[in-house]
Amino acid sequence: MAGASRNGNGGLGTRALLWTLPVLLLTLYVVPFAGVISWSVTQPEVGFGQYWRILSGGDMTNVFLRTLRIAVVSTAITILVGFCLSYYWVMGSRLRQTILEVCIFIPFWISVLVRAFGWLIILRDNGLANGFLMATRLISEPLGTGRNEFAVIVGMVHFMVPFSVFPMATVMRKIDRRILLAAHGLGADPATVFRKIFLPLSMPGVFAAFVMVLVFSVGFFVTPAILGGGRVVMVAEAVFVQMFQTTNWGLGAAMSVVLLVLIGAIVGLAYRLLGLRSFVG
Amino acid sequence: MMFGRSRLGGVLAYLAAAFLLLPLAAVIPVSFTAKRFLSMPNGEWSLRHYRSLFEDGAWLSSIGTSVSIALMSSVLATALAIMFGLGLWLGRPRVGAFLVGFALLPMVVPPVTSAIILYFLLARLGLLDTIPGLVIGHAIMTMPFAVVAMLSAFAKLDRGLDMAARNLGASTGQSIFLVVLPNLKTGTLSAWFLTFMLSWEETTVTLFTSGVEVITLPKRIWDNLRLNVDPVIAAISVVMVVLTTVVIITRALARHRLSPSG
Repeated sequence: MAGASRNGNGGLGTRALLWTLPVLLLTLYVVPFAGVISWSVTQPEVGFGQYWRILSGGDMTNVFLRTLRIAVVSTAITILVGFCLSYYWVMGSRLRQTILEVCIFIPFWISVLVRAFGWLIILRDNGLANGFLMATRLISEPLGTGRNEFAVIVGMVHFMVPFSVFPMATVMRKIDRRILLAAHGLGADPATVFRKIFLPLSMPGVFAAFVMVLVFSVGFFVTPAILGGGRVVMVAEAVFVQMFQTTNWGLGAAMSVVLLVLIGAIVGLAYRLLGLRSFVG
Repeated sequence: MMFGRSRLGGVLAYLAAAFLLLPLAAVIPVSFTAKRFLSMPNGEWSLRHYRSLFEDGAWLSSIGTSVSIALMSSVLATALAIMFGLGLWLGRPRVGAFLVGFALLPMVVPPVTSAIILYFLLARLGLLDTIPGLVIGHAIMTMPFAVVAMLSAFAKLDRGLDMAARNLGASTGQSIFLVVLPNLKTGTLSAWFLTFMLSWEETTVTLFTSGVEVITLPKRIWDNLRLNVDPVIAAISVVMVVLTTVVIITRALARHRLSPSG
């Protein structure tokens, strides 16, 4: 017992276990982040010129505005599609539940590159979508579905939907079915039960999913870079271009710092407005 | 009264599900094309792209590189998460909530910001474009997911176990290795599997910190998608899609059969 109390709670061994990961993260992640910030104000010259370039309304401001626009549109679509899937995954018959679960989990585990590639095959100008529409004579000229915002949004929505389902389904699963039955027993038809009871009770999950998907979309890199084909440049791809093609490290670093601040603001705002304790915790 | 049985809603849900599977199905016919460029097999089906996947040394060596980096970084990330979880569970420190939030940072920070941070770090360490550099980068990026998995495993663990072991005379070390850790087997396995898969498909940090000497599978696929698309990518995609589908359907069937009908 003496040994146990010496090595027990708060002992040296326990403290070493606890602090290894935070100390490593501090040295290998937080300290280099200070280095990135120093790049952003010293490359190529000392000052806030790079930040000014991002905020002053020029080409880089446009990249940020385009990113926000695409992120908001694809988040809204993702939540609609994800809600529909979550509802039937949680409330549907057992067969429906199993089928939907399989359809949600298969893309979830498949690499983002493979999924973007699949959409490239479908949406490029001589791809499957145009081929099908022309063969059925619905259109006579190929539609411009590749390398534009449409393709980027389709690919992003496809990537996000499985992620959006999990927080929504978790909240829906906790809704007490007896409340729904009680409302029905008191004379409400299914549509009213859904609108007045189910929908309000599932809103915390919808908000959590919305914030998570929005944060993901704002920082998206792979899907826009492949499906946008260099024509729909979002912030993350612009950072890559600045670092490795125009080698303007200062601008790349400044953009990545602004992106981080933007995402911090989104999460902070959501926390304040919606009280998303469950999302942060 | 049954909920979730509406015909129209059901159709919408199945349409959404079809949308999720559509691009995965689209790669299948393309992988059998006989041509050297991306196209549908027009009456002429061929396995040449599957053959070149297994005969072309470049693709095979990239798969090997990705697997070994994923193995090392996932073991590292999981080990760190176990230590951290143990420290929290045994010590119950007052700063615990803060430390957990701190440990999850790389999951919340946008990947491209993390990628620049790790580029800066690895450049300073002289580890850019090396396997150890990528292992460090992937371990940092995937570690928060291992922490989440381990913390939920620790949360389910009965504190009585540790106390009983100590009352019976076990030292802290004995209690950890003989009692606590064996009870965390499932959590550890899911933390390891999750970090392995995340490292296997990690693209952003990999593109920023490697690409000439060390070429992972995602990097090779990326180059091909950006330059000239080789149908070998379709063959690789089909292999991945089929493997994933088999695993997930098997699991779903097992659970469908186990759960009581209703």
